[in-house]
Amino acid sequence: MNKPWNNKAWFLVLPVLALVAFSAAIPLMTVVNYSVQDTFGGNQFFWAGTEWFEEILSSDRFWAAMGRNLVFSGIILAIEVPLGILIALNMPRRGWGVSVCLVLMALPLLIPWNVVGTIWQVFGRIDIGLLGRATWALGIDYNYVNDPFDAWITVIVMDVWHWTSLVVLLCYAGLVSIPDAYYQAARIDGASRWAVFRYIQLPKMKRVLTIAILLRFMDSFMIYTEPFVVTGGGPGNSTTFLSIDLVKTAIGQFDLGPAAAMSLIYFLIILLLSWVFYTVMTNYDAEK
Amino acid sequence: MAATDDTMTATRAPAVRIRRRGERARFAWLVPTLYIVFLMLPIYWLANMSFKTNQEILGAFSLWPQEPTLRNYAVIFTDPSWYSGYINSIIYVVMNTVISVTVALPAAYAFSRYRFLGDKHLFFWLLTNRMAPPAVFALPFFQLYSAFGLIDTHIAVAIAHCLFNVPLAVWILEGFMSGVPKEIDETAYIDGYSFPRFFVRIFMPLIASGIGVAAFFCFMFSWVELLIARTLTTTDAKPIAATMTRTVSASGLDWGVLAAAGVLTIIPGALVIWFVRNYIAKGFALGRV
Repeated sequence: MNKPWNNKAWFLVLPVLALVAFSAAIPLMTVVNYSVQDTFGGNQFFWAGTEWFEEILSSDRFWAAMGRNLVFSGIILAIEVPLGILIALNMPRRGWGVSVCLVLMALPLLIPWNVVGTIWQVFGRIDIGLLGRATWALGIDYNYVNDPFDAWITVIVMDVWHWTSLVVLLCYAGLVSIPDAYYQAARIDGASRWAVFRYIQLPKMKRVLTIAILLRFMDSFMIYTEPFVVTGGGPGNSTTFLSIDLVKTAIGQFDLGPAAAMSLIYFLIILLLSWVFYTVMTNYDAEK
Repeated sequence: MAATDDTMTATRAPAVRIRRRGERARFAWLVPTLYIVFLMLPIYWLANMSFKTNQEILGAFSLWPQEPTLRNYAVIFTDPSWYSGYINSIIYVVMNTVISVTVALPAAYAFSRYRFLGDKHLFFWLLTNRMAPPAVFALPFFQLYSAFGLIDTHIAVAIAHCLFNVPLAVWILEGFMSGVPKEIDETAYIDGYSFPRFFVRIFMPLIASGIGVAAFFCFMFSWVELLIARTLTTTDAKPIAATMTRTVSASGLDWGVLAAAGVLTIIPGALVIWFVRNYIAKGFALGRV
């Protein structure tokens, strides 16, 4: 669309700018402040330069948390995206089934995140949980409190439970936008089910799928509440993701310098990813 | 005769194919059904627990309550430290939704209709706030709002949640507004409408569904967020979700009440989904499907 150039439009943006600046820019400056200073208590601060950044970047703890985060994001993307596509392809297209599916599937998305954690904590417990009891009855030694592997399984299944619906909803929206004529043409050509998927449905879903993948990647990269409630980062440090580690450092140990440096590094990574996201999206918009 | 035969086979071949497709489709319902069962099981288990007494939860294992009781719900509805959590949550969520949508409306209009100095950078900067990890902001928020003496007020949480809700609202509304043809604006100006009158009388009704969706998403993300809400409140504005964590960690776990509180936090979400079910996907795609 051809938009006229008009700098008066700035007045319309001003309220948003003021509000978000108050909510984002000021706190961010506080973080920058802390990241280059050291304190010995009281309100005395000393210039520390890049000391904290060097400390964080050379600490095993940070890279371990980062590694866990990346592995986690990789696993849930590998599960949620194909599963989401599969479910969206098989969803009803008309009739009462559509509303029922949409509402029930969207339900986990609207549960407060710590309640999601509580639900799975209860569900997985070996003494009172259905899942814990069922695996116990099947003779599987499952205990997410003591076993790091089981803790990981629980956190991953919980995330799949919580967020696959997002992928489903987006793919479904992409699928219903395909005109019936495309399918009829494919039918006349005798196209196989796979060909229909590969050459009609997948290209049409490309756009929403990109959004889904990027949103899921970023949200899983920031995950905090759910694993915190279920495992508290444990057993040991096995499910301590970046956010959990950050909150532990900042609020638990009150190591403001390292916590601030870590926040900034974390934030820069997110910024980079957002930029990729934005470029990809605006390119799609431009193509359209 | 031959001609009819030809048409017969010609119509039969696609018919067979259509029927085959139909057979495949007959079992298609299995996939979403299994998925929904998987989604509902943990929720069912929570609801199941909420109707049990603590002895029953810890003692006997049963798939449904043997002696159903409403005691857990009674505890929540009679104890102010429980039900005030719901009231607090709803107050700041509604405040946040109103603020976010109000400031986002003119901004989204500016982004969808005009080009101006730094517009692309500003739009990107807004997006980065949606993607910012709340963990990064928890501590600075605490200090900022302490400095203004706003700790433990509803407005503090409402404004803090604007961090991610305003950008989201701007993005969603911009998506919807770009779908309204520009000729409508121009015609209205020729008819002598002033900008505010045009905006409220003509434009807003046109994007009513977009406003609804934006409000829904603000509601949703403010409702599910806990980290910031918990950091900024102590008692007077404590959200229900934080009340629950306290119960888990401190007093001898009252599983029944915890489960009942969890069930009650699911209900508002379930209610609002019903109204926006056909627009949810568009909202998640930031107005761009």
